[in-house]
Amino acid sequence: MKNIALVEKMNDIELGEKSLQLRGDILKMLYKCQSGHPGGSLSCLEILMAIYYKTANVKADDPGFEQRDRVVLSKGHASPALYAILADLGFFDKADLMNLRQIDSHLQGHPDMNKTPGVDVSTGSLGQGISVAIGLALAAKHKKESYRVFTIIGDGEMQEGLVWEAAMAAAHYKLDNLIVLLDYNGLQIDGSNEEVMSVGEPTEKFEAFGFECFEVDGHDINAITQAINEPCIGKPKFIKCVTHKGNGISFMADQFGWHGKAPNKDEFEAAMLELGVN
Amino acid sequence: MGKSLRVAYGETLKVLGDNNDKIVVLDADLAHATMTNMFKESYPDRFYNFGVAEANMMCAAAGFAHSGLIPFVSTFALFGTGRAYEQIRNSISYTNANVKMGLSHSGLSVGEDGGSHQSIEDIALMRVLPNMTIFVPCDPIETRKATEAAMLINGPVYIRVARPVCEEITTEETPFIPGKANVMKDGKDVCIIATGLMVAEALEAAKLLKEDNIDAAVVNMHTIKPIDQDCILKMASQCKAIVSVEEHSVIGGLGSAIAEVIAGNSPVKFARIGIQDKFGISGKPKDLFEEYGLTAKNITSKCKSLIGESEK
Repeated sequence: MKNIALVEKMNDIELGEKSLQLRGDILKMLYKCQSGHPGGSLSCLEILMAIYYKTANVKADDPGFEQRDRVVLSKGHASPALYAILADLGFFDKADLMNLRQIDSHLQGHPDMNKTPGVDVSTGSLGQGISVAIGLALAAKHKKESYRVFTIIGDGEMQEGLVWEAAMAAAHYKLDNLIVLLDYNGLQIDGSNEEVMSVGEPTEKFEAFGFECFEVDGHDINAITQAINEPCIGKPKFIKCVTHKGNGISFMADQFGWHGKAPNKDEFEAAMLELGVN
Repeated sequence: MGKSLRVAYGETLKVLGDNNDKIVVLDADLAHATMTNMFKESYPDRFYNFGVAEANMMCAAAGFAHSGLIPFVSTFALFGTGRAYEQIRNSISYTNANVKMGLSHSGLSVGEDGGSHQSIEDIALMRVLPNMTIFVPCDPIETRKATEAAMLINGPVYIRVARPVCEEITTEETPFIPGKANVMKDGKDVCIIATGLMVAEALEAAKLLKEDNIDAAVVNMHTIKPIDQDCILKMASQCKAIVSVEEHSVIGGLGSAIAEVIAGNSPVKFARIGIQDKFGISGKPKDLFEEYGLTAKNITSKCKSLIGESEK
């Protein structure tokens, strides 16, 4: 199965329905295991959808093929969003989602490349995903391969110095096969980015580091797709995706308290009712 | 006249590079000190400088490994294992990435740069990581063999490379089998188990002990992980005492690894020679070894006192 073909058939309405279904899957997973990170999973869902359903060259029936585009979820705590998509695309059985974070599951709390088909890099320790992505992109150049490397970072994650070491190297080595997508929801565990540790204007910073920068509505799959497809030669690309934490569920939206908390029964039922999915 | 282990490392990288184009070398602005510049001169398109940013270099190395290449990463031992510890832990060791870390300027023998640059905890840090193999070569020939052996292991390897020029104490014929210690000299009274530059001191100590009719065995524990349990237990049963010697803290390094093997398995008397829970200082390597008790003379007296105790 090659998802590009699958996606070409999906129109905007179908993509909208898909995002509701995937949100439902995320909530079911978190409710079932009573653990995990809903806020950031719901905020980066459309970013991952733009990658997996619109642009990336990946194959569910051959997850390790050499020419595939690499996807690195540097904000690894949003793994439920990634897992829901990988299951939807057929990388593994959808029933596995209900075993998230359980003792015998291949779905670890944070993505594990050695356990889960379709996960290119183990992530979770913030800052490391984008840094490994630098190595992947540089290795692709080294091998004279044309595949791309996508990495999704969080806004709190930008407080890690390693993100900027990685940004420096990306520009130095002119990694125009690297696309950094920022899930800019403005919130982190202890509060807003501004309160906890303000990082200033991320686009200006990445621009100063030598990136080609774009800003889009991070819940608009077409806008993200368009930014991904914009030509960019000799420079790494940065896309600031403006999002809402907990997007799609009214009582979770823009609430930092939903960073790492699973819904209880009433909350779960209310959320599923709001999504209108089973 | 010998040469330094780092030169042996640099030469070996170049030769390995001649035979395998999957090898890439990463450095953090220390290519002229770690001697990776020897590889760079031959293969500039396979050499990547990451600047003074060790953490990013370690993660990037994982990215190279995940892409089917074989990255050899070099910087000073302290900044590789220390500054980039969690990058090694999560991006290399946790994923079992095929990354080789040839980190130089280990131990007190960095000398004049002083305590801020002398890594005395690197073995301890790397030893607790699952999937990690640790080699501590004792001379230039063994450095070459360790570097070659690292390439044949599918997984992360730490090669601890010392800075000073030193004489060969092994030969071309000396075997280098990962995880299998070399008994340099057999003996029945006391066994000195040493690693790295301390193997030469241990051999010297054995000569001094012989003058007092003490028959000392000397083991070169070139692989700290996996440690050669069979060799340790054999020595524990044939000798009255074991003394470990390392240019590293006595906490967490070779001595600790041996203690973990002996504990519960043997009543043998055991003492650890190394850096006694303190930092290094500036000085010539020879003077520092004297100051910190890393000498044949100190090994000799420790052996004698242990044997004395065991005969009480």
